[in-house]
Amino acid sequence: MDRMPRWADLILVPLISILLAGLISGVVILAIGENPLRALGIMVSGAVGSTYAWGYTLYYATNFIFTGLAVAVAMHARLFNIGAEGQATWGGLGIALVALYLPWPHWTLAMLGSAVAAALFGAAWAAIPALLQARRGSHIVITTIMFNFIAAALLNWLLVGPLKPAGTMETATAPFPPATHIPSFRDMFSFGETILFRSTPANIAFFVAVAACVAVWWLIWRTRLGYEIRAFGHSEGAARYAGIDATRIIMVTMLISGGLAGLMAVNNTLGYSERLILNAVEGAGFIGIAVALMGRAHPFGVFLASILFGILYQGGGELQFALGIPREMILVIQALVILFTGALDNMVRMPVEMIFAERRRARAPIAAPGPARSSPGHMTPPSDPGKPAE
Amino acid sequence: MDWTTILLLLDSTLRTASPLLLACLAGLFSERAGIFDIGLEGKMLVSAFLAAGFAYATGSAWLGLLVGIAGALLLSAVHGLASITFRGNQLISGVAINFLAAGLTVVIAERWFRQGGRTPQLDSGSRFTEITLPLAETIRPVPVLGPIYAQVVSGHTILVYAALLAVPLSWWVLFRTRFGLRLRAVGENPAAVDTAGVSVARLRYAAVAIAGLLCGIAGAQLSTAEPAAGFVRDMTAGRGYIALAALIFAKWRPWAALWACLLFGFFQALEARPDIFVRLFDLRVPSALLSALPYVLTVIILAGFVGRAIPPRAGGQPYVKER
Repeated sequence: MDRMPRWADLILVPLISILLAGLISGVVILAIGENPLRALGIMVSGAVGSTYAWGYTLYYATNFIFTGLAVAVAMHARLFNIGAEGQATWGGLGIALVALYLPWPHWTLAMLGSAVAAALFGAAWAAIPALLQARRGSHIVITTIMFNFIAAALLNWLLVGPLKPAGTMETATAPFPPATHIPSFRDMFSFGETILFRSTPANIAFFVAVAACVAVWWLIWRTRLGYEIRAFGHSEGAARYAGIDATRIIMVTMLISGGLAGLMAVNNTLGYSERLILNAVEGAGFIGIAVALMGRAHPFGVFLASILFGILYQGGGELQFALGIPREMILVIQALVILFTGALDNMVRMPVEMIFAERRRARAPIAAPGPARSSPGHMTPPSDPGKPAE
Repeated sequence: MDWTTILLLLDSTLRTASPLLLACLAGLFSERAGIFDIGLEGKMLVSAFLAAGFAYATGSAWLGLLVGIAGALLLSAVHGLASITFRGNQLISGVAINFLAAGLTVVIAERWFRQGGRTPQLDSGSRFTEITLPLAETIRPVPVLGPIYAQVVSGHTILVYAALLAVPLSWWVLFRTRFGLRLRAVGENPAAVDTAGVSVARLRYAAVAIAGLLCGIAGAQLSTAEPAAGFVRDMTAGRGYIALAALIFAKWRPWAALWACLLFGFFQALEARPDIFVRLFDLRVPSALLSALPYVLTVIILAGFVGRAIPPRAGGQPYVKER
């Protein structure tokens, strides 16, 4: 039997972690002389109070779903992909190339083609670190970090040089042709005179992201490959012994992960900026880490965590307008979420486990008599020496 | 390329290399003890901010340095708590620390100084000034060696010399003292150290604290040592990661770390002078591509084309005492 019920593991522990992160964020806001409750109110109303607010919140959330899924898929194989940032950057490059240089008759085809290009480019950027991990044992964390910087430098060079249209000062490509415009929420949900989601960036890519959640869930828990990925992540040795090819799993997992990160560009590049701009990813690749940790690497968890981070991102921007707290406050909150849900997980988990163990011990004598039912794999915890024997 | 340009280039190489070197040695201590430290960047950033902020407030660069080190040590303590005491994921903890530093420095700087996330300009009284080494002017007329000593070696702040001094010191501590032996052992085989009756946790905390100290000095150099005159947001600009790259390049050895950091410092110095390439090879190397060079080199090293880089064996794994 597990040390605590499933709901506690999936909901209670993350919830306590987030509360702790929120509490310390509140202390930070208090320390710079603002009222944390008022800040919270401004953030919430700024992020969910109108269709305008939702138009931004869901746009950010879409970015985070893609990068979060990317990190989550890799996590199942116990690979830590810090490179979603670079992979998403490359996804944008792929989209820019196909959108600018191929003639697209209709937006549906343009979106399909762009998505394929984005995924391929993202996967390509993950391929080399994956290969180095699989074949050479070079630590994927280090190589993906390096690849983030290399991607940024390459894009920087492309946007001041080869891809920059003549006669402009901006570091960006030319605008994409109108045929590649994919429907925004405003196009989709406004009817007659009522215009909803006015001038907001949310677009149809949100539904692609939702579909990606379902697809990842299916992949991880309903396919043979997903089983192999999870088995590999659980115990590399056992997986090898069972005939699972480690190189193949590392490669395939990282290609999927990179492809998902690349798909983010459908949202921010094709759907919003409609041209490739410098630093388009804006740290979403790193937020993917927070989102995947908070969502316990489950697609549904990633979805919820992404919405929460979308609220945080949009609401954090409002803080600057209303209270003059810099946008960087979001980084602080994000850092605290990563710290508590990721690195300090045991700090929360151990006391919770202890409470549940205590409660079970208290209830144990009432259970029907019979042979001990501890499963063979688990050791029974030693009885408390401080207590008299029952 | 003329002689003066070379001297100028070498001079700025030494200056840009020294924060890298300090951070790299910080990573060296931490990783040799089995604790991965992605958070070098964040610790440097916090120290850079606190050092500049307090140097401005108190007028003393030394007080600034002390507070900067204290800030970096605090983050080290968080990292230690997460990765040693609570056996969390060291990489994730490092990532969190970098974000925490990037966010907190700007939020607090804005609160204290209201200058868009930067500190006010420091005047020469409240920062580390460049010192002329003895005899620099006397030796200058000597051909070749004279100008090298006077222009490249002499005329840096005390923190640059501290960085250079840290190399033999680190080597001595790691390879010639009992503490160093135990520290290296704890990064290779913590169980053996534990069996010998030495506390794994205490050794690792010590290593993480040394890393914090060195990052603190590195950060203070970035913001308060001439020609720097204050903190600007995100002023570490990836140096913590370049230091990590240098650490791999150096295969976790102090002297090699010196050469690796000088090499990467040289790249950074070159990056600031794109005109040199034009004059030398009649080639416009975009500075963006030049900035990626340390990372590309590190990947090549990691790929094992230039000798294999083998990290400490117990790196990244929390130690669980047998029960």
